Amino acid sequence: MSSTTDIIEIDSLDNEFQTLNLGPTHPATHGIFQNILTMNGERIHHSEQTVGYIHRAFEKLAERRPYNQITPITDRLNYCSSPINNLGWHMTVEKLIGCKVSKRVDYMRVIIMELARISDHLVCNAVIAVDCGALTGFTYMFQWREKIYDLFEAVCGARLTTNIGRIGGFERDFSEDFHKKLKAFLAEFPEKFQEFRDLTERNRIFMDRTINACPFSAERAMNYGFTGPNLRACGVDYDVRVMNPYSSYEDFTFDIPVGTQGDTFDRFMVRQHEILESLKIINQAYNNLPEGPYHADVPDFYLPPKDEVYNNMEALIYHFKIVMGETKVPVGEVYHSVEGGNGELGYYLVSDGGRTPYRLHFRRPCFIYYQAYPEMIKNCLLSDAVVTLSSLNVIAGELDA
Amino acid sequence: MQPLTSRSKIVSDKEMTIKEKLYLPAILGGMWITLKHWFKKPATLRYPEVEREFAPVYRGQHVLKRDDQGRENCTACGLCAVACPAEAITMVAAERKKGEEHLYKEEKYAAVYEINMLRCIFCGLCEEACPKEAIFLTDRIVHTEYERETFIYGKDKLVEPIESSERIDVTKRQKHLTEKQ
Ligand code: SF4
Ligand code: SF4
Repeated sequence: MSSTTDIIEIDSLDNEFQTLNLGPTHPATHGIFQNILTMNGERIHHSEQTVGYIHRAFEKLAERRPYNQITPITDRLNYCSSPINNLGWHMTVEKLIGCKVSKRVDYMRVIIMELARISDHLVCNAVIAVDCGALTGFTYMFQWREKIYDLFEAVCGARLTTNIGRIGGFERDFSEDFHKKLKAFLAEFPEKFQEFRDLTERNRIFMDRTINACPFSAERAMNYGFTGPNLRACGVDYDVRVMNPYSSYEDFTFDIPVGTQGDTFDRFMVRQHEILESLKIINQAYNNLPEGPYHADVPDFYLPPKDEVYNNMEALIYHFKIVMGETKVPVGEVYHSVEGGNGELGYYLVSDGGRTPYRLHFRRPCFIYYQAYPEMIKNCLLSDAVVTLSSLNVIAGELDA
Repeated sequence: MQPLTSRSKIVSDKEMTIKEKLYLPAILGGMWITLKHWFKKPATLRYPEVEREFAPVYRGQHVLKRDDQGRENCTACGLCAVACPAEAITMVAAERKKGEEHLYKEEKYAAVYEINMLRCIFCGLCEEACPKEAIFLTDRIVHTEYERETFIYGKDKLVEPIESSERIDVTKRQKHLTEKQ
């Protein structure tokens, strides 16, 4: 790469820098983050990032809340795929308390998590196209994200901040409505997605725009701690679902799409193919959905059925204990990670046996990508920086560590 | 770099064929796709004239239920307030006096029961916590207002009307009822 001084001599008219604020509320940043760019003509000479515009102190909040009340907090990390955050948290607590869930719960979780991954990737990829000026594909794909949200709504009652599932399983079984909608989704979505692929993937305008836009080497990516689609775009086939399977992911066959150079086109293509792989996983999980209970038998954490609470003293006592968070939790520390929509989402939980976590830390993938962002966009064109930010899929909800 | 697994698959092909190098086919293909969409049913609804159907388990505005004799179910145990991660619920408990048996089901009742709808995150944990079938979320949405104070919903807005025709049906979201069928 040429040094900065060369570029000044070549590009700048009279060697003058300008400061440009990209953000905090800029339509091209898709979230609240500020980039103070020192521009040399159209090229970015230097950039400085500010985080913390929506600091909510999740870990501190969590230290005062019983385990089941922390799930709504995790909703707000990467809010494009909150079911993954919720279920990852439940799995972490289950690891701590040593609870084993049935295969059916595992498979149900896989279905929900892969749906969430599809919705996350759909939004990200559609937005990359928007940032290149192709708004139409976005409107088509957004309809399907809404359909996925309909599915979440049928299970848990909410669309964006889902609070789905409970420690030990699900709050209720998949309803008839859900089955109907999921079948319709699996039947119709692939065709519509193909349409989006036709619009973008081999379109020369899109390719010219994204190929070689801010490439990143695998080595640098790993040094920063990249995971997920952004690391895979650099050519490293690291996927938590394969390397460290949780929730019965070892039962399913799927490929790990990788890119070559780590540029915007690679990131886009990796996500496109991950959507297809997720569909494969959902089909496998749904067609082999085992019979059985939809929650584990953990009377200390999973609420007893309501009719028993109304009529039976023992159930009522358990109910009070769980809601007030007065159940015994083992002392210890656990780390659990899931393949979130955007990379490895980790939960480090330390328990001192009290009703709330002693310490909790979320490993937020977006926080890590954003650290690398200044290096990625150095000496790039401003317009490339915008598509790079959207292709990294930095979600502001994860930037408040 | 060595692949870590046997499952990796390179998916991005950056070489363009001659056909792809010409802009025109891609542009025409794109136009054809968008043109087809002109003749499809629009995906949007004309809200507020038309409203979307919510799932029966939708987590919207709360209701405080009465029993079939029209008495309030809530016994002011405070469990919902404890369960609320957003600390949105406040209540004041009171003893039921003689002659009020037709108003309140239990000996204790909530004289004041307020939910701050600006704090509430509609997580549904209060509904899950209630041991008395008193509080439920419903498939109604909280409407916008102009002033902050009006978002603090008291019993006047939360308790369902006493007339049986205007009661709010929550049976579809009660797990123990739907699963027995
Ligand atoms: S609504 Fe239910 S949980 Fe809340 S105080 Fe009344 S009875 Fe208790
Ligand atoms: S829905 Fe959740 S946030 Fe709202 S009042 Fe109930 S417990 Fe609190």
